[in-house]
Amino acid sequence: MAGRAIGIQELRETGGRFGPFGGRFVPETLMPALLELEAAYIDASRDPAFQRELAYYLTNYVGRPSPLYRASRLSAHLGGAQIFLKREDLNHTGAHKINNTVGQILLARRMGKRRIIAETGAGQHGVATATVAAMFGFECEVYMGAEDMERQRLNVFRMRLLGARVHPVTTGTATLKDATSEAIRDWVTNVDTTYYIIGSAVGPHPYPAIVRDFQSVIGREVREQLEREVGRRPDYLVACVGGGSNAIGLFYPFLGDPGVKMIGVEAAGEGIPTGRHAASLNAGSLGVLHGMASYVLQDQDGQIAPAHSISAGLDYPGVGPEHAYLKETGRAEYVAVTDEEALEAFELLSRLEGIVPALESAHAIAYVQRLAPELPRDRSVVVCLSGRGDKDVWKAAEVMGVGL
Amino acid sequence: MSRIEGALRRLRAQGQKGLIAYVTAGDPDLKTTGRIIKALAAVVDVIELGIPFSDPLADGPVIQRASKRALASGTNIPKVLQMVSRVAAAVDVPLALMTYYNPVLRYGPERFIRDSKQVGVDGVIVPDLPPEEGADFIEAARRAGLDPILFVAPTSTPERVRRVAKLARGFIYCVALTGTTGSDKGLSNTVQSVIGMVRRETDVPVAIGFGIADAHRARRAARYADAVIVGTALLRRIEEAEPDQVPRLAESFLGELRAALREGA
Repeated sequence: MAGRAIGIQELRETGGRFGPFGGRFVPETLMPALLELEAAYIDASRDPAFQRELAYYLTNYVGRPSPLYRASRLSAHLGGAQIFLKREDLNHTGAHKINNTVGQILLARRMGKRRIIAETGAGQHGVATATVAAMFGFECEVYMGAEDMERQRLNVFRMRLLGARVHPVTTGTATLKDATSEAIRDWVTNVDTTYYIIGSAVGPHPYPAIVRDFQSVIGREVREQLEREVGRRPDYLVACVGGGSNAIGLFYPFLGDPGVKMIGVEAAGEGIPTGRHAASLNAGSLGVLHGMASYVLQDQDGQIAPAHSISAGLDYPGVGPEHAYLKETGRAEYVAVTDEEALEAFELLSRLEGIVPALESAHAIAYVQRLAPELPRDRSVVVCLSGRGDKDVWKAAEVMGVGL
Repeated sequence: MSRIEGALRRLRAQGQKGLIAYVTAGDPDLKTTGRIIKALAAVVDVIELGIPFSDPLADGPVIQRASKRALASGTNIPKVLQMVSRVAAAVDVPLALMTYYNPVLRYGPERFIRDSKQVGVDGVIVPDLPPEEGADFIEAARRAGLDPILFVAPTSTPERVRRVAKLARGFIYCVALTGTTGSDKGLSNTVQSVIGMVRRETDVPVAIGFGIADAHRARRAARYADAVIVGTALLRRIEEAEPDQVPRLAESFLGELRAALREGA
């Protein structure tokens, strides 16, 4: 099995299979809705009017294309490969999440659904969903773990300001996993009127494909931008992986280029041996969670194990099925960095480049600190800077022992 | 014919309605579950025994809490099977195991089927395993003589109902509403037409579950189906009671429902 691009048409034939991963493990009540969504998405993706409208909002509302910035001081500091940052942090609402929510809200409108629900971890997807719902005047309800609401108070306020209702989820570990379960329960209950905007490339088919396709604008732009900048394809692509939407958006357009190496960076939390981490691909095993077969963190009885990361957006015990497939086929490599390494990178990028990254994105930077010095100067490394770190300053200050 | 299907068909022939009780195994502990099964054997026609999962997507807050308590008491598949092997021989009521797919996958689907059959289980219910994903599992269960109990929902299309009707054994589980277990939305207005679709395809009995909170709702739902499934309403009573009172309480609650179904029939 060689890792390759699997498009939506092929996925329709196989019920959303990426090798042994993916699929649709959901209660019967949702199956018709998933089939309806698949049909609507395929129809939209062939409709030039839909594509034009999507392009319009990406340009004029999100602010795309996002720049590809040559991080000269960081490159010089690490003394190896040339590092380029794909500036998803400069998008409207401050992260890559809005690429997907703009696409999906257009789909929701096309399907005649005007009640929007979403789950959120760090709050970036919740904010991006509340934002597009406000833009279209749709009702919006966001499920968020009570612990994450505490960690990400700023984003909770932003969502409410944008007119969304934010429901605290107190079950289980009160984080992204439980928020996702609660959003699915809402969807089961209100499936006739409601569109569920999933925030990452996870969940039952067709969601992993839909989110990937909308996020692929990241990789497509990188291709053109780097071609202009250095006249070549990148040697390495590096992105953080929780569910894995920014990473798959960066990787997917390059899957057919064998010379482009891809590295996904998971959250090792307090270290994989401590068991307090969120590294599903590095330390998990095949399982079924939230409607998909993929790598999950679980105990010997198949109970889902709690994840841990300093970054709420990576704090998830599963991962998108396409990443599981890319790992299994060896097409992409998946590594993990700890909370501490991510915090160091958070500071380093702030000082050297004047860019405060999201703690999620700081994981990718942390790995580049290891990778770049090993490479010659004529190699290029493109890092997806998936979001900005404003939301994380409280958490970072707390960990650094600084009172704000 | 299986014990489950046999029991429900006999009732249908007598113009009676079946009553199926759901309990979460290991809530508050497996010893109590064994006693509940013995107490209910006399008043219900099938017992659906839930093996707890950490992330029960199809369940509302009451079954979520029961699952959490059951996991806290150390419940897992091997222990549930052990308990069933002790109890099944002593009671004359068919048993179906219900759980989500991940614990089954981890245990090994074939092994789960084989071991369940061996301890005297009659059927298996896996709500997050639709026919598309469950083809092998359903086939293996049928071969082993274990009823694969499949779902239809208010949203099911005729094509999907047809597929379920072809594969199902024991009974077909009709979800009463769009929602999770224990919802108070009331019977969906498409239930009657979905059951009509089932009837045109098969004479395998149909049971309605989700939101059957009391005798009134049980009677109403029973009008459309061969049996009703009661879970949340029972667990709510279990969670409020002292453990040693639970079996008697369960028996008297289900006994009331049984009487109500007889009157309504």
